[in-house]
Amino acid sequence: MAVTTAAPAAGVWGTIWQGVTRSASGVIGLCLVLSVLVFAFVGPYLIDPHNPTDTTAIWGPISSEHWLGTNHEGKDTFVQLVLGGREPIWVGTAAAFITVAIAVVLGGIAGYVRGRVDHVLLQITDITMTVPFIVLMLVVASFYRTSSPLMVSFIIGLVTWPFLMRSIRAQVLTLKEREFVEAARLQDLGTVRILFVEVLPNMAGYIFVNFIIAITNAVYAVVGMYLLGLLPSTADNWGLMIQQAWDNNAFLLPSAAPFLIAPMVMIMLFQVGLVTMTRSLEQALDPRLRDR
Amino acid sequence: MATDTAAPTPPPDAGGDATTARDDGARLPPLRRIWSNYVFVKVRKALVVVFVVANVTFFLGRAMPGDPIDVMAGRLTQGGMSMEEARAIAANSLAYDPDAPLWSQWWEFVTGLVTLDMGNTINRPGQSVAEAITAYLPWTMFSIGIGTLLAITTGLALGMVMAYWRNRVLDHVLSVVASVLGATPNYLIAMLLVVGGGMYLGWFDPVELRGTLSPGVRPGFTAEFLGDALYHAALPIFTYVLAIIGTWMLVMKASTTEVLGEDYVTVARARGLRDHRIAFSYVGRNAVLPLVAQIAISFGTLVGGAIFVEQVLVYKGVGGLLLDAVNYRDYPLLQGLLIIITSCVVLANLVADLLYSRIDPRVRT
Repeated sequence: MAVTTAAPAAGVWGTIWQGVTRSASGVIGLCLVLSVLVFAFVGPYLIDPHNPTDTTAIWGPISSEHWLGTNHEGKDTFVQLVLGGREPIWVGTAAAFITVAIAVVLGGIAGYVRGRVDHVLLQITDITMTVPFIVLMLVVASFYRTSSPLMVSFIIGLVTWPFLMRSIRAQVLTLKEREFVEAARLQDLGTVRILFVEVLPNMAGYIFVNFIIAITNAVYAVVGMYLLGLLPSTADNWGLMIQQAWDNNAFLLPSAAPFLIAPMVMIMLFQVGLVTMTRSLEQALDPRLRDR
Repeated sequence: MATDTAAPTPPPDAGGDATTARDDGARLPPLRRIWSNYVFVKVRKALVVVFVVANVTFFLGRAMPGDPIDVMAGRLTQGGMSMEEARAIAANSLAYDPDAPLWSQWWEFVTGLVTLDMGNTINRPGQSVAEAITAYLPWTMFSIGIGTLLAITTGLALGMVMAYWRNRVLDHVLSVVASVLGATPNYLIAMLLVVGGGMYLGWFDPVELRGTLSPGVRPGFTAEFLGDALYHAALPIFTYVLAIIGTWMLVMKASTTEVLGEDYVTVARARGLRDHRIAFSYVGRNAVLPLVAQIAISFGTLVGGAIFVEQVLVYKGVGGLLLDAVNYRDYPLLQGLLIIITSCVVLANLVADLLYSRIDPRVRT
């Protein structure tokens, strides 16, 4: 992927905004993401969070009282759906932030400093990349079994950075040969300043795209960890809903299906929205992709 | 790792790849020449990675809270037994000595590693790690191997079709399908298949499809066994195909589109070659070339991707075994599995590197 410099007038955020809104699919993706965010973060303030267990209404069908029926404990599915979005989205975003931060710092240093530092960092990257990240997560997650959402995002962030680190490094390698870096070096601005102020901002769009992709991966990782029963079942949470639905054989009973399908649909809407958004953005950043 | 100090010239920069072999063979003594041979460097590095990962797993496993005895004793006390009694029984029935110091466990592990002996499992009495793995691994390899093969071949073909017909209706439809599939993780696809095909459409009974074989069917080279194995593997295979195909369609479309713009394709057209000849011998071959490494690597990561699907569809493969090993703190089994899984990845990367150095000699320098 080529590195394209942002148009100086618009600034980084302007470029990103233009990139997302320049195509119809980008706008649709943005709308999907925003509506899921509103549903998950504003919704909880609009409904009554009181959701008692009701043994007389187990696997209740869709009705005017229970918009999406009830679950295996007789709890209202819709209320759980509204309350359950915050955690996966929040964890996904935090994990993506950690992944991107590690990848950018290590990739930048490895690409810019080169030499022995580069060698060691690449070796670490190779080893982390070699163990399939699901497996690594499995082991690390069972180590911190009683974990907070922040801890979960930390675990995901710690095991998913290598791919991004390699591509950041490769881009820094090409960028550091440009004249403006040489000019900065001649002014003796110092390695840290050159790397973080001169070199890395040129990749802001690319880093942002990868940040969003990292969110989608992290959300799936959280849900997957719930599915394997690796995370404690505490608050309402889409991942936990899917796991409970599956373990209670919701796929055998049509009236139980909403409890399983509703969180899956929410997650997929969010993810597909993010992916379409990034695709539009990628094409804006790299015009060569437009034809593909 | 590879600091051969005698190299007289500074290492050439291979466009961002640090795994650079120095090709100044003729001036070096024979032993050193072998040492810095491209293939040997790659193999050496692969072995180092496997060894480091094996050690990481050893300590990572033991860093988990609780040991096998604790886990089993915890389960026994739920049946109303006192803690001391439960611990005593657990200590007797498990082949694990909690008092053995870490370094002696490690030494046993490393010597086992060198002699390719992975020891005995803790929670499966009388079964060695190798036996446990060979009982489960073939099922995983079988299902996800077929799934990946089907997904990559059809994905490449569809990607080419999309590139040839780009910006037509078919391309737009397939692009949307591929993006959605590519953005959906395999476990959600498995669930959607079970809910859609099993519950709403009633095409199959998801409970009966569980497991790897129907009760009473014995492994052997019979039509009944093969049919039954395929019957149970059909759902996982289909899941893998759907989960993997989207990415390959998009990648192949991008690659083919780029090749279609090359001069040699225009020249081939001008020479009046027939379209299918251009498509296969000129476009197809060159479009697949940059994907060879990805294909090899995707076969290496097979096993890691199967865990969720096997859990969801209750297919008795290596994924469930790994989860068991973690849950029961069966250290030798966990180590064995992780070594196998990482070796697959390392081997695939090695094959990809070596394939490339044959296809495209430029990467050697």
